Amino acid sequence: MPETLVQGRVWRFGNDISTDVLSPGTYAVAPLEIRKLHVLESVNPVFASECQPGDVIVGGSNFGCGSSRETAPENLKAVGVACVVAESLARIFMRNAVAVGLPVLVCEGVHDVFEEGQVIAVDLATGAVTNRTTGDTYQGDSLPEEMRTILSAGGILEVLRTRANG
Amino acid sequence: MGMTQAERILARATGNESVVAGEFIVADIDLALLHDIFAAQVFDTLADVGFDDVFDPERTVVVIDHLVPAPSAEAAAIHQRIRDHVTRLGIEAFYDSGTGICHQLLPEHGHIRPGSLVVGTDSHTTTYGALGAGGTGIGTSDMVYALATGRLWFRVPETIRFELTGSLQPTVTWKDVILYLAGRFGADAAQYKAMEFGGEAASRADMSSRLTVANMAVEMGAKFGLFAADDITNSYLLDHGGIGCEPFGPHDDAVYETVHEISLSDLEPQIAMPNEVDRVGPIADAEGLTIQQAFLGSCTNGRIEDLRAAAEVLAGKHIAPGVRLLVVPASRDVLKEAMETGVLATLVDAGASVLPPGCGPCFGGHGGLMAPGERCIGTHNRNFIGRMGSPDAEIFLASPATVAASALAGAIADPRDQGVKHA
Repeated sequence: MPETLVQGRVWRFGNDISTDVLSPGTYAVAPLEIRKLHVLESVNPVFASECQPGDVIVGGSNFGCGSSRETAPENLKAVGVACVVAESLARIFMRNAVAVGLPVLVCEGVHDVFEEGQVIAVDLATGAVTNRTTGDTYQGDSLPEEMRTILSAGGILEVLRTRANG
Repeated sequence: MGMTQAERILARATGNESVVAGEFIVADIDLALLHDIFAAQVFDTLADVGFDDVFDPERTVVVIDHLVPAPSAEAAAIHQRIRDHVTRLGIEAFYDSGTGICHQLLPEHGHIRPGSLVVGTDSHTTTYGALGAGGTGIGTSDMVYALATGRLWFRVPETIRFELTGSLQPTVTWKDVILYLAGRFGADAAQYKAMEFGGEAASRADMSSRLTVANMAVEMGAKFGLFAADDITNSYLLDHGGIGCEPFGPHDDAVYETVHEISLSDLEPQIAMPNEVDRVGPIADAEGLTIQQAFLGSCTNGRIEDLRAAAEVLAGKHIAPGVRLLVVPASRDVLKEAMETGVLATLVDAGASVLPPGCGPCFGGHGGLMAPGERCIGTHNRNFIGRMGSPDAEIFLASPATVAASALAGAIADPRDQGVKHA
């Protein structure tokens, strides 16, 4: 499987999934091992415990809206989420996801063409999104090269580490 | 070709003659802001990836405002680490616990200059657009990169311009304006974009109002929420830091993605209803719903003008039984002015609990969280599920006058009725 291809089981969420839902303020400075257990719990109490490595989130519009807390994508990554595909992504969430090395993709209409538990394949380079369960393919926005470079390095800190040591 | 205010800010920060919307650029950072939720982690990581210094200690500001006073031993330990880092790195612009909320302090202490590029580990960094600066929120890893190199990548945003005309009716405020815009255009209307607020109504708005509007631009997804720097900006800067400014704004022939012309003359008090900032209607849509908590504060509406507006409604009266009114001045200077002008006494006489300057209840950290089934009306900026404690609590957002009127009534009330109408 090419490095830019992600394939996994779908978890489906609606519009305006906020950083307060992804990373509740009450656990703002809690360690990752505790913090991640509360990711999305106010909208799906079993998600954090049942998410498997490689699972993919399919979201509605404005996914990740709200605060600048990078713990939002970090929590998702920590419970095993391999990619977030949404109708639209909140600006800071998108930036933070790339910064922590969590692949994200915008694909119009994606929310209504997947059901929970179906299998999705996402090509980050071309933006192609495939429903492996139904066989249908949809075209999302491919990530700009600047962002893919950071993602493939494993996040912006890895870019910086290389720079400090270079 | 003329540039929008956002393009002018980013062109200057890249040292280019011009930049154009859609372009990826690497820009020099004029100012970096960190607060206590993230500062210790950022400074630890900076050292971990191999950098012993920040790019410029004089262009780095650190504020302890979220967990104040420390609600736990863990929070106190984080503050301790931040103080150690600040000393080690030689950062002089350090505002310790109790001084105030970052987005109040930076303008108040003259750190924000029109035309500059400011990044902060807080989404409400857009607030600095009130002074004509490009303020925007970033995460902790991006901040580590910015502090290490003094630079950061950006996509030059398209701009949506709001030409605001007419005059607000009495008791209708700029908080009502930005809630109205969020409701009309939606929470992702300005996703990845800049918002410019212009027109004769915007040019008459005082700095406190501009700060409220720019603060909430991010609730529509915006990267920047910009006002042109003008005489009002110049006067504010002379009073806060002592260095005035030249006018700065978009070029006359700037190219916009969209221009909306909106008259404010007929606007009614607005309210955002749970659980989205863009679920907005005129106050009548929620009037009469009982409340248990009323919150007056935050970087959106915790200034002296906001406290005074609430005090005018509450003067000589007392809040309804069963209501907790929390007042959190945005800074120690605001608290002091409220003390010296009698505003604080009016609020306390009306039954308010006054909390120290900080973010506390607004982000669900501590100091006024909600139980399941409770309802709060606040002057803050977000009403998402779980924002103030229990996910089963409801949060409504409105202006200081509306919050004060509701506290009096014990139920969501129209400030035009001065809160005397009981549900």
